Amino acid sequence: MWSPNIESNIEHGAIVPLGAACSGYTLAGSLQFRWISLFGPRFRTVRHFLSGPDEGLATGQVVCGLCYAHGVSTAVSHPKTEATRHSAMVRVTHWITVIAFFALLITGVEIVVSHPRFYWGETGNVMTRPLFTIPIPSSRDTVPTGYGYVLPDQNGWSRYLHFQAAWVLVLTGAVYGIYGLVTGHFWKNLFPAAGERGWRVYLRACQGVFSGYLSGAKYVGGAKYVGSAQTDGTGAHAYNVVQRTAYLVVIFVLFPLVIWTGLALSPAFDAAVPAAVNLLGGRQSARTLHFFVSGALVVFLVVHVAMVALAGFRSRMRAMITGQGGGADIEAQKERT
Amino acid sequence: MNNMSRRKLITTGIAAAAGMSGLAVAERVSRRYGLVPPDHCGVYGPGETLTYAAQRLLTRHSLAREFPRGMISKAPFANEVAPPNDEFKRHQATGFADWRLTVDGMVAHPAELSLADLRSMPVHSQITEVVCEEGWSYIAEWIGTPLREVLNEAGVLPQARYIVYFSMEHGLLESIDMADALHAQTFLTWGMNDGDLPVKFGGPLRMRLPRQLGYKSIKYITRVTATDSLKGFGKGAGKGTGSAAVEYGYAWYAGI
Repeated sequence: MWSPNIESNIEHGAIVPLGAACSGYTLAGSLQFRWISLFGPRFRTVRHFLSGPDEGLATGQVVCGLCYAHGVSTAVSHPKTEATRHSAMVRVTHWITVIAFFALLITGVEIVVSHPRFYWGETGNVMTRPLFTIPIPSSRDTVPTGYGYVLPDQNGWSRYLHFQAAWVLVLTGAVYGIYGLVTGHFWKNLFPAAGERGWRVYLRACQGVFSGYLSGAKYVGGAKYVGSAQTDGTGAHAYNVVQRTAYLVVIFVLFPLVIWTGLALSPAFDAAVPAAVNLLGGRQSARTLHFFVSGALVVFLVVHVAMVALAGFRSRMRAMITGQGGGADIEAQKERT
Repeated sequence: MNNMSRRKLITTGIAAAAGMSGLAVAERVSRRYGLVPPDHCGVYGPGETLTYAAQRLLTRHSLAREFPRGMISKAPFANEVAPPNDEFKRHQATGFADWRLTVDGMVAHPAELSLADLRSMPVHSQITEVVCEEGWSYIAEWIGTPLREVLNEAGVLPQARYIVYFSMEHGLLESIDMADALHAQTFLTWGMNDGDLPVKFGGPLRMRLPRQLGYKSIKYITRVTATDSLKGFGKGAGKGTGSAAVEYGYAWYAGI
């Protein structure tokens, strides 16, 4: 494994981890980068372009092409080389996903209102017994809700927007997924860190994080109470093991599941891929699962926003918008006191 | 100009050129292969076009799931329909003996078919699910004449791109592309679960497309028309969308 601490100058042709390279180095010439990806370590020589003092860099600092793509423009504008908390790709895909998710959530609620009853199996309608019913009025007068009135029908635009937002989400997710695999973002930032792989150490690390959350140290972010493994080479932030687990579950379990259960509701898609719906136990099961997985994503959203607020809303938002925010936890703490 | 900005300029230029020509090619290919839905304009056009194009590329010939007889719903839900008009009541009184299906538009041999005529053509049945956009569903056996048998008999002209079909219910019409019109499971349905199609389920004649949501399977069919444009069909003289669903703000293509 590569050493996480490579703040020092690197030699011509030296091997450095891609993510860590993003803070700028004092060297000219070609750098050989070592890619840490899910496919295993990759080696690649990258020609960087040299930036001199005229672009605001301290003498001898170098910004490589790849780093540049990673949003290290911060290194150009800040002579002191501030670390990038989130790469440009992560920031852009994050906010597109936020917009698409809210569109899907609002329109999804509107669609559910037209039939707030859920079933299990292949079929289900007002003539059959529901698995459960949401006690709200409906936008259709054929649904027995117990309310004496019918809500306005919003399904037309809701369905249009739901599927358009789904395309945005899926395409953005595909770009992010390829990016995460190729650059090693998943492996480096989201998989449990080196010292936390293995059930026993993983559970102990989780325990450490939770007791940290509970002990009031929560206003200082992840790195403080999960040990030395939680900073990357630049001394900037790294996610703690609980954050990593949550993000992995959302990215690799909940989003794929919500897409799958959603696709299973398409009669034409089911004609082409019958297993998509049959494996879920039928159409109505797929619809019910789509509802629950969406609910799980909403739970994640609420906890995620709450944790951002606790960790320092302004600094975390700045980090996800501008990319800057190395050591922001401590700064945020100072701002408060 | 230093190295960096020149490289940037060149790569940006190449990317822009590739993007523009890619878009132009995509536009021509999608028109050529019928990958653009009629409601591709407007804010939701991109999503609709992606959905429709993906479906046409991946599912053009696939068959909707069929179910074993034991899965036929004991309690199917007919959904509500508008109260029958006087003309329908007259037909109902005579057991639909005078019900006619008009086949016209871009066909070589326009025809008027009685229900008996339809029954004398090749009969097919399918046990498929009715899927409503609201979320509910049921399974039934549907017995009828594949629409493509009727269209072949009438000799659809090659320039026809859509089939528009009309209900006796005032103002109710829908339309499908030729891929769905010629699909093996698109039926002019007159039987259900081994009996005549009940009126509340669309009898005497209902269009059934198991690969699209229920709102395309409209009831009380009196006319099918082959056309190369949906303009003029439906509300608004010369501006019609060929679909009551679209008039209500729903997507034209309901295969999702």
